[in-house]
Amino acid sequence: MKMRIGEKPVVRRFHQARWDEPIIFELSQPGQRGMLVPEIEDEIVAEVGEVVGALPEGIRRVIAPQLPEMSQPHVLRHFARLSQENLGVDLNIDIGQGTCTMKYSPKVNDRLANSGKMQDLHPLQPESSVQGMLEVMYRLESFLKEISGLDRFTLQPRAGSAAIYANVSMMRAFHAMNNQAEQRDEVITTIFSHPSNAACAKTAGYKVITLYPDQDGYPDLGALKAAVSERTAALLVTNPEDTGIFNPRIEEFVKAVHDAGGLCSYDQANANGILGITRAREAGFDLCHFNLHKTFSTPHGCGGPGAGASGVTKELARFLPSPTIEYDGNSYFLDYDRPDSIGKVGPFYGVSQNMLRAYAWIMSLGAEGLREVAEVAVLNNNYLMSKVLEIQGLDAPYAEGKRRIEQVRYSWEELAEQSGIHSEEIGIRVADFGTHYWTSHHPYVVAEPMTLEPTESYSKADLDEYAAILQHVAEEAYTNPEVVKSAPHNSTVHQTDHKVLDDPQTWAVTWRAYQRKIGENQEE
Amino acid sequence: MKRIGLIINPVAGIGGRVGLKGSDGFEIQRQALELGAIPMASTRTKEAIQVLSEKTLEMEILSPPGEMGAALLREAGYKPHILGEIKAGQTTAADTIRVTQEMVENQVDLLVFAGGDGTARDIYIGAGENQPVVGIPAGVKIHSAVFATQPRTAGELIAAFIIETGFRLEQAEVIDLDEEAYRRGVISTRLYGYLTVPFHRRWVQNSKTPTPASEKTQMEAIAFDLVENMQPGCAYILGPGTTTRTLADCLGFAKTLAGVDVVTREKLVAVDVNEQQLLDLVESTSARIVVTPVGGQGFLFGRGNQPISPAVIRKVGRENIRVICTPGKLHSFAGNPLLVDTGDSDLDAQLSGHISITTGYREEAIYRIGN
Repeated sequence: MKMRIGEKPVVRRFHQARWDEPIIFELSQPGQRGMLVPEIEDEIVAEVGEVVGALPEGIRRVIAPQLPEMSQPHVLRHFARLSQENLGVDLNIDIGQGTCTMKYSPKVNDRLANSGKMQDLHPLQPESSVQGMLEVMYRLESFLKEISGLDRFTLQPRAGSAAIYANVSMMRAFHAMNNQAEQRDEVITTIFSHPSNAACAKTAGYKVITLYPDQDGYPDLGALKAAVSERTAALLVTNPEDTGIFNPRIEEFVKAVHDAGGLCSYDQANANGILGITRAREAGFDLCHFNLHKTFSTPHGCGGPGAGASGVTKELARFLPSPTIEYDGNSYFLDYDRPDSIGKVGPFYGVSQNMLRAYAWIMSLGAEGLREVAEVAVLNNNYLMSKVLEIQGLDAPYAEGKRRIEQVRYSWEELAEQSGIHSEEIGIRVADFGTHYWTSHHPYVVAEPMTLEPTESYSKADLDEYAAILQHVAEEAYTNPEVVKSAPHNSTVHQTDHKVLDDPQTWAVTWRAYQRKIGENQEE
Repeated sequence: MKRIGLIINPVAGIGGRVGLKGSDGFEIQRQALELGAIPMASTRTKEAIQVLSEKTLEMEILSPPGEMGAALLREAGYKPHILGEIKAGQTTAADTIRVTQEMVENQVDLLVFAGGDGTARDIYIGAGENQPVVGIPAGVKIHSAVFATQPRTAGELIAAFIIETGFRLEQAEVIDLDEEAYRRGVISTRLYGYLTVPFHRRWVQNSKTPTPASEKTQMEAIAFDLVENMQPGCAYILGPGTTTRTLADCLGFAKTLAGVDVVTREKLVAVDVNEQQLLDLVESTSARIVVTPVGGQGFLFGRGNQPISPAVIRKVGRENIRVICTPGKLHSFAGNPLLVDTGDSDLDAQLSGHISITTGYREEAIYRIGN
């Protein structure tokens, strides 16, 4: 008997593990251990003395850390279960995580980063014994200089926000040098720039001024001119913005800020749509930053350490974090002799495994390949946009009729008005078909948002499948809203109560905070 | 057991379908009926009650007799406690106000009403600012923020309120058109006051509305910024709204929600002032105006803060106007410019253009005022 392979439905039949797994702290059993640390041998005690007693008073814990007490198999089982409840970049068509630039990270680069040579490196090894890694860092910096047009980079920041914070700190050092640090206490950004810009400026103590779009949905030059003054320290902007809209008047923006004595920093965390097409230098920026884990294909923060890179013009290079990587014609070395440096923004020199991955990724593509990345990413995005905008109830607000660069912030407002189904509910239902999407940062500026960014890694068939899932769920919203409202049915995620997350009195992002605010140790 | 009150304005919505732009007043209702209008209130209320009937809910229901509630409840199988008396076929706003007062005296946990903006105003007169209410949208004009998005969502909201404890409450605007002006083709809304409504992300307005908790935190952040920058000896004219009231709370003063009040850093100078009082004030003292956009359309002047008249604004000057608004509320205007309608078109033109809005502690937005 012959049997043909059965046909598959347009939207995938999918079923995910759903473990009713407690929080790891709830699994703790007093006295259980995963590993028994041996007593210190007599010979060692004889050699170095009482180790714990030798620790200075100030760094000794008064109370033991409240870590969960568990056996090894319990730990493994716990995390193996959680891993089955994930949708990672290797498992789904990961184009729904707009602004995050989820692209394929080639496995060969992971193998390089995990090789014995890399694993055995120690940051305090003598320079002469790590010339290869220093060369990788030096050359990676030179690539980023070429890609941005700026003059020097540091690879020290651990994440994009750490890089923005480093940039804000360098700008403050610049104004301090001109005795204007006190006077220049305002930072300007736009509402569709990545909110890390406003957050980092705020963390650094600046007052933040946010510009809202003009009538056409573009960043508003008039608003900028109303905002700049002798108090302006800096402009921090993303371009293209989180809506995928490119600010065509960016040079005028930069000029208006420079004329007022401020500096301009370009958030290029996600430079995926403009690699080899436009540069920070030509737009007149003084600083920029890249996220190696977005544009340059290294894993994201949630899946491994991220990596940021801050770039500056030569006028600002003296303020870069210490040390910088230098080359004297014979060997590579670390330069700590930097009297004007803002200091350190992270331990040692940065996340070396990610530097190696990014270096390998750039080397494998070359200059032409980088430009092709941008071109394919933009093509994919505009293909997906034309495809999904055929879905009833979906729209792409702002800059009507104009092309987007590498991502789009869509709106399900019309669908919500017609069907009573909200964007978050569609997002949960989409997970029943083995994928997901992210709405937008809060509070929502675009109503009922959905942000898609297909990058260069996805094929036309991938994009078609993703669009078909959206189309299917949108149809359900109109014809069978209950099935959407009661989702998820096949995925592991469940509906969450947002009430507690909106209130500083109840939100808890650590176990300790949970116990203090909600759990048994609640403060009166 | 929770105690729920239901009041239906039986003539609500009667003017809508026949193009009369509202249903306030006997003469309009008579005209509407002659034109063949069918009251929407009972159908809309049925839809909401249907949701309740589908669930097993422990509750006690109070309502006025006949078409104002009891008839429909009995039809759905409920046994309401009857409050007050009405003349069948001749109910008026006075009935709504009187029954509302009785509901409050009978300590209902939630007062449900079916009607439009005019009914919401009557409920506000009868219940004041602190009685939790839910509006079933059944009128011609639904500008007030006190209504659920649809009758069914009102039902869901009522059910959730009965089942859950510690429901979050927030103050919502009661806004109404001036119907006389509206029938002449002039759109003029007014802020009449605030009602307390139970908040649920999905069922009140839409999900872009932030929750009261995050809004409250953001309003406090705005208030801290303003208080930190208040000039000694300067008078601050505070327009209506919860955002400006938070500022007064921060200073330790009780502000009226719907009125214009005056404060300094040190004291509450005057409450619920009129134009003349403000003119006298700005004549003798340096003053600033603090306003927040009112209503869904985002009016800065000319809606609910009329005592801050063109003469007052001119005297204080544009540079001394502080606009405050939470980012959540600002985003609800969907990129549309803020509006001014002071009654003086020259002044409106002068006020238009970019303005700085305080949106948090040491946070500002640059936004447009349209003309």
